[in-house]
Amino acid sequence: MTIDRRTLLKGTAAMAAAGALIGPFGARRAAAQAAAPAGAAMFTPEEGASLRLLRWVPFVKGEEEAWNANTQAFTEATGVAVTIDQESWEDVRPKAAVAANVGTGPDMVMSWFDDPFQYPDKLVEVTDLCTMLAERHGGFYEGLAAYGQQDGKWISTPLCAIGNAICYRDSHVKAAGFNEFPRDTEGFLKLCQALKEKGTPAGFPHGKAVGDGNNYAHWLLWSHGGQTVNEAGEVVINSPETAAAIEYAKQLYATFIPGTESWLDINNNRAFLAGEVSLTANGVSLYYAAMKDPALKAIADDIRTVNLPVGPVGQPVELAQTSTVSIFSHCKFPNAAKAYLEFMFRSENMNRWIEAASAYCCQSLREFEANPVWTSNPIHAPYAKASESLRVNGYAGPLGPASAGAMADYVLVDMFAEAVTGQRSTEDAIANAERRLQRYYR
Amino acid sequence: MTATLETRAPRRRRLGRLSESRNGLGFLFMLPAAVFLLFFLTYPLGLGVWLGFTDSKIGRPGVFIGLENYRWLFDDPVFWLTVFNTIFYTVFASIAKFALGLWLALLLNRHLPFKNFFRAVILLPWVVPTVLSAMAFWWIFDSQFSIISWSLMRLGVIDQPINFLGDPWNARWSVIAANIWRGIPFVAISLLAGLQTIPQSLNEAAAIDGATSWQRFTKVTLPLLTPIIAVVMTFSVLFTFTDFQLIYVLTRGGPVNATHLMATLSFQRAIPGGQLGEGAAIAVAMIPFLLAAILFSFFGLQRRRWQQGND
Repeated sequence: MTIDRRTLLKGTAAMAAAGALIGPFGARRAAAQAAAPAGAAMFTPEEGASLRLLRWVPFVKGEEEAWNANTQAFTEATGVAVTIDQESWEDVRPKAAVAANVGTGPDMVMSWFDDPFQYPDKLVEVTDLCTMLAERHGGFYEGLAAYGQQDGKWISTPLCAIGNAICYRDSHVKAAGFNEFPRDTEGFLKLCQALKEKGTPAGFPHGKAVGDGNNYAHWLLWSHGGQTVNEAGEVVINSPETAAAIEYAKQLYATFIPGTESWLDINNNRAFLAGEVSLTANGVSLYYAAMKDPALKAIADDIRTVNLPVGPVGQPVELAQTSTVSIFSHCKFPNAAKAYLEFMFRSENMNRWIEAASAYCCQSLREFEANPVWTSNPIHAPYAKASESLRVNGYAGPLGPASAGAMADYVLVDMFAEAVTGQRSTEDAIANAERRLQRYYR
Repeated sequence: MTATLETRAPRRRRLGRLSESRNGLGFLFMLPAAVFLLFFLTYPLGLGVWLGFTDSKIGRPGVFIGLENYRWLFDDPVFWLTVFNTIFYTVFASIAKFALGLWLALLLNRHLPFKNFFRAVILLPWVVPTVLSAMAFWWIFDSQFSIISWSLMRLGVIDQPINFLGDPWNARWSVIAANIWRGIPFVAISLLAGLQTIPQSLNEAAAIDGATSWQRFTKVTLPLLTPIIAVVMTFSVLFTFTDFQLIYVLTRGGPVNATHLMATLSFQRAIPGGQLGEGAAIAVAMIPFLLAAILFSFFGLQRRRWQQGND
């Protein structure tokens, strides 16, 4: 998609509307804009530069509009035209890999998880850019920084994490005898058991749900101290901690609504919005889906969100979906690309984007914790912590094709599903996962 | 200039000789098709086979590793489960599609009112894009909102929704049902075309000789229909064996890989998983099965000698 006049007008109108709504922050932003280091731009775009960005299809319309509006502002300020192509989430990886391999196509890619580690030698080093961004904006969160660095070198710029939180029906939780939402896994299990007894069960996907299924499986494993691999990339899944995670998952599964073995990413949203389940984990989009539908007002008013419970490890650990922006080494205008990213990360622009994403995108830099979107609605609050509590895929091993492949092949999702459905014993499910992981980490 | 003309003249003569020769002309006519086949079929197939012998990953060319991918797959229970699923899916769906398709074709071959209308309607499942029909089946088989479960619960037959896609065997039969629904029109319309080529006089002569309708079907219709059955079932088996869209939309291979087919596993490991070599090896492993299906169809079903009265 090319930013044209119509797109700009639409984006500007949306921003104007957003500006009217946010009031006081708008004034702060204006002040921040005035103080923005306009003259401190580190990168001067090459003469006659133009850029092409490949990004994932936006989930939130406001996010897309704000990104496009910022892009248009960059074009107006620098004269560098930016074309934005969109691909569905799962298609970004193969397209970007082909572009990297062939040396043609988009100049930049906004991709997921460990994609940059699939072709690190085909990317422009952005240590200068990321160091500058970290200095200016309070530093990157540790988890997100790991998605951008390899061997001490920045190969990609962490953009955001997509927050995941428990969404529950307040009235149902209270009816089950819980005035406070439990913060630990033991209390959480008791809550799910009570919800089942009341006929208002919980539900988490055990099917091949790319996002929700992997988030749930990783939380189960990590919260109990299990790991797929150690720092050296050696497979260590066969551990008492993993067994404990599976036993816990079995108990939770017994409280779920029937059918979660087949759930894909959309099923938990549907079941929740239909009132079939009272508790699941999801992005903030679930809340907004209820908000937008007048028929679901009662559900929307009853929704509360909270971070996933803390397990025996004693700290919140989650696999949040993360996105980074990489510049391909075949890009003819690397300085323009860096200037573009530097512009997009400027306080006023990044704040505008995060705000327009309605808590869907959690910042990668600590400065933006102060964005009012996180306090504008209590529903948003748990999503603000996504970047803080996330662990990298394949923790604690190195990121790369192995970690990406293991996740895409649903190794953990299958391990838990095999065990909870009784298709394999706990030991056999772990052994099967171990065998598959050894293949990836050979 | 003279030299140029001299070199052009023999070239024109060679072309002229080629076009005047019967074999040469045949070669020229076949050339575009051969080039097409070479670039768009042989090369990708060859590349796929080669990738199966490498450890290529998306974004990395990989090196030759011999049979390592196949050795791994040989010991991989997930792979063998998908082989079982694929054969199970293909056999049951193909048999059902053939039986129901033939039955439908026989019905449509009769003099029914609104015959053309029914023939057109019957094609709808085939015409609708697979993804769309798969989405419809996704709702039909939903663990919470299935219309089937809802109806049966309303009728008091069951008291909780059927776990269509969550239980491994339910899921296998559900995806087979969806495949049958989609595949029947192809079989039915093709066999109907075959039925219409059978001269009515043969059936009439058999009837005069006192043959019952079952005897007329088994002794006249079926033998004459065998060649078209061979072709139709070859295609039907190939389409079913390589099915992807239906599974991908309905289950993505779940629950716990119970509906993973070789095609979906190959995609999952090669593209999202980035293991191009292994994905290619899975795809290549489909070839013997496909060849077996084709050979069975041609040598088992077509029975040319028998049709020519030599058997």
